[in-house]
Amino acid sequence: MSETLESLVGVEPEGRYTRVAAFGGVYSNHLALSAAITDAASRGAEAAICLGDLGAFGPHPDKVFPLLREHGISVVRGNYDDSIARGLDDCQCGYTDPRDNHYARLSYQYTFRNTSEENRRWMDTFPDEVRFRLGALEVLACHGSPRQTNEFLWESATPTHFLDKLADDYGADVIIGTHTGIHWMRMWGERRAYVNVGALGRPANDGRTDVWYAMLDATGEALSVEFVPVGYDHEALAREMRDEDLPEEFVETILTGWWTTCLEILPGKERAAGRF
Amino acid sequence: MGIQLPQEPTTTPLREVQVEEADAPTVQLRALDQLWFQVAGTVCNLRCSHCFISCSPENHSFWFMTRDEVKSALDASVRLGVKEYYFTGGEPFMNRDILGILDDALALGPTTVLTNATLLPSRTVDALAEMASSSPYTLELRVSIDGVTAEMNDAIRGRGSFERAVQAVGRLAAAGFLPIITTMQTWPDHETEAILADFRRLLGDAGYDRSRLKILPPLRIGAEAVRGRGYDEHERVTHEMMREYPAELLLCSSARLVTASGVRACPILLDYDSGRLGDTVEEAAEMPAVLAEQACYTCWVNGAICSNMPGFAADPA
Repeated sequence: MSETLESLVGVEPEGRYTRVAAFGGVYSNHLALSAAITDAASRGAEAAICLGDLGAFGPHPDKVFPLLREHGISVVRGNYDDSIARGLDDCQCGYTDPRDNHYARLSYQYTFRNTSEENRRWMDTFPDEVRFRLGALEVLACHGSPRQTNEFLWESATPTHFLDKLADDYGADVIIGTHTGIHWMRMWGERRAYVNVGALGRPANDGRTDVWYAMLDATGEALSVEFVPVGYDHEALAREMRDEDLPEEFVETILTGWWTTCLEILPGKERAAGRF
Repeated sequence: MGIQLPQEPTTTPLREVQVEEADAPTVQLRALDQLWFQVAGTVCNLRCSHCFISCSPENHSFWFMTRDEVKSALDASVRLGVKEYYFTGGEPFMNRDILGILDDALALGPTTVLTNATLLPSRTVDALAEMASSSPYTLELRVSIDGVTAEMNDAIRGRGSFERAVQAVGRLAAAGFLPIITTMQTWPDHETEAILADFRRLLGDAGYDRSRLKILPPLRIGAEAVRGRGYDEHERVTHEMMREYPAELLLCSSARLVTASGVRACPILLDYDSGRLGDTVEEAAEMPAVLAEQACYTCWVNGAICSNMPGFAADPA
């Protein structure tokens, strides 16, 4: 393990930083998480934060936890973490389509069955938000939105004045979240921004197999955001998924970069950009 | 029994007195996430037998909104941090200003139009596609089709409406839209999967192979009370029923409806005095909605069925 990798630590609440790596939904993709941690450390991140949804979709959910613990990466509670930790009936994604519900149920039951009691207890300690300083900016890290863990903020369905109200209501300059699985960002006003950091768990429905995280920098009030593609051994992940009898539709997404299930929640614009 | 609001509510003291005296539960607006527009009033080129507000060519109880009226409500909603817009009627494409109105809305946020798709010639579809591609926000077309055959649909929506709607869906798909097809459930639950499969086949044949389908429960008011059945006396929302209920599932906790004559709690309560909450968006945002009508019961059972996506409970456990 390199020196820089060992130096990567978790974002502390109220901590002060200038360069932070933010990871979105992991969905049990331990190979991508591992690759992203190495990548972020090599790019000089001072600290890292994960915005929740550790389980779902991928194989062996328990493999994600040691990586987070080993590097002390702080985690915000996602809706999936909340459901698994509290033993709820479903993932709280809000699907109504029977096909989407079928796959969501398979994924949830597999993840629940394969997550240890100890890890469930740890998940139940995750906070709904973490605030920290980046340069002179107050950052609020959440899963969906500051007001609701399972709220989808898609680029084409989120007006700037709505984001501005969230920033006012929750007293933040920069809001970072995940939950949708597709990265995007918007800056407005003198120092405000919303950043959806994307997801490490599966590709961004863009026809490439890379997954994404966000590197956030600020000195003073000037924020810069870089979305970083992470290549990882996606074929090995696909093999693990098949060995676990996870649906072939999920494996296809990992191998092609196109989403095949749970498409109901996408706005028309984002859905039209994908293949299915 | 529901409470009676005066026809022309004033902005002052009225609201608190009314709420305290109400015998029906009330719901405060949590945030104005959705602003709906009765942009074509109750005027429609069709006269569907299940229409919960009995729209038709002759129903002029609510008239078309002008572009200026819509613009002024849009501006107010921006100040309140609105998340999305919905345009309904009547048939929105009967409003001659509709394209300009949608352009104004789409400049500000994501916009959905609920249409019967019988008035969507190629030039209108092209104009919509142009508008959609030049906005950062999504433009959703929600098309009502009530059955997978002309026979089923036209019995409810009128002769020829099936063919025109299905053809328009094909044009929309060819122009890059993924319209949301809505259909009112008139069949038992166990047939749902087979009917969805039939719909996918029908739409695929029309050139739309990535169909988005949304099933709506019947609202037993307006013409539908005659076609199907009205509500039973016990089917209304009581204080008891609201005690453990996550009120954010109800549309009135996050939406208001603007009409040419006043702002209402939700699209379903268009015809009810109890649904009228003020003259302006700001006034109506301050007023709690009163769950006095039996249609509120359907919303209580099914959640905010009018939205593209269901409402989310903070804790659905």
